[in-house]
Amino acid sequence: MKVAVVRFPGANCDQDALWSLRDDLGLGAEYVWHEDTSLAGFDAVILPGGFSYGDYLRCGAIAARAPIMTEVARFAQEGRYVIGVCNGFQVLCEAGLLPGALLLNKDQKFLCQDVYLRAENRTSPWTEAVDHILRIPIAHGEGRYVCDDLTLARLTSEDRIAFRYVDSEGRQTEESNPNGSVDSIAGVLNDAGNVLGMMPHPERATRKLLGSDDGRQILAALCRVRA
Amino acid sequence: MPTVRVYVTLKPSLLDSAGRTVTDSLQKLGFDEVKDARIGKVIEMVVEPYDEARVREMGERLLANPVIENFRIEVAG
Repeated sequence: MKVAVVRFPGANCDQDALWSLRDDLGLGAEYVWHEDTSLAGFDAVILPGGFSYGDYLRCGAIAARAPIMTEVARFAQEGRYVIGVCNGFQVLCEAGLLPGALLLNKDQKFLCQDVYLRAENRTSPWTEAVDHILRIPIAHGEGRYVCDDLTLARLTSEDRIAFRYVDSEGRQTEESNPNGSVDSIAGVLNDAGNVLGMMPHPERATRKLLGSDDGRQILAALCRVRA
Repeated sequence: MPTVRVYVTLKPSLLDSAGRTVTDSLQKLGFDEVKDARIGKVIEMVVEPYDEARVREMGERLLANPVIENFRIEVAG
């Protein structure tokens, strides 16, 4: 089992992702350069957070058109596991692999804090192991999830809302929604459930020493992949 | 050589939080007549030869995100 950690120029969570997968989850993980055109030998993909291409034009816009993304799209189409975290979520939306987009936070501020997440979908590989309200950090300026009403209705009826921002008791309130995301959405799934995009950083919460190991409940999906 | 400007704007239905800050700031400076301000971007390109269909394709494939943005093309000559 080996996870590809895709590196774009300007990414800065690639090392966190690699080491959390290797050290804390005991998985194989290797970097893949954005100009590479093959994912041969890999069983899953993580698009880490950061500021690919300096967020020029739109967050994730340039990275979404990088050569490796053709292969990531094929990988996703085959039903293999793909997770995009923070900037990686923005890249997946820009690439059309997930619906919607991420805009500047409601209050314009860059937010760097722990949030509480409630898994809404309970059947996808990314959410089936979640058994409590998760506490995981966010670190973003542009994390306000938006989509049109039709898409929101589809996401809801097809059970594709992976996570919502809630309070520590699991209640969805206006105060618990840090960035003004529509319907407090923190993460969404593709129609088959194998592709997850989320703004919070599970790779920053894989051991108690870091303040929380709740991220393991999400990344555990990768441990169940048969190589 | 033709200068082409592509104006990209956030869809009217979406909250432009940066634009709202500009609105607030202008009002604080005494410009009470400002009821709303929205921020877009202009991509100015030198294109030779100019083909409107191709510039439209640039807008659709990269310069604007159809989920959140509209764009229009202006040729400056």
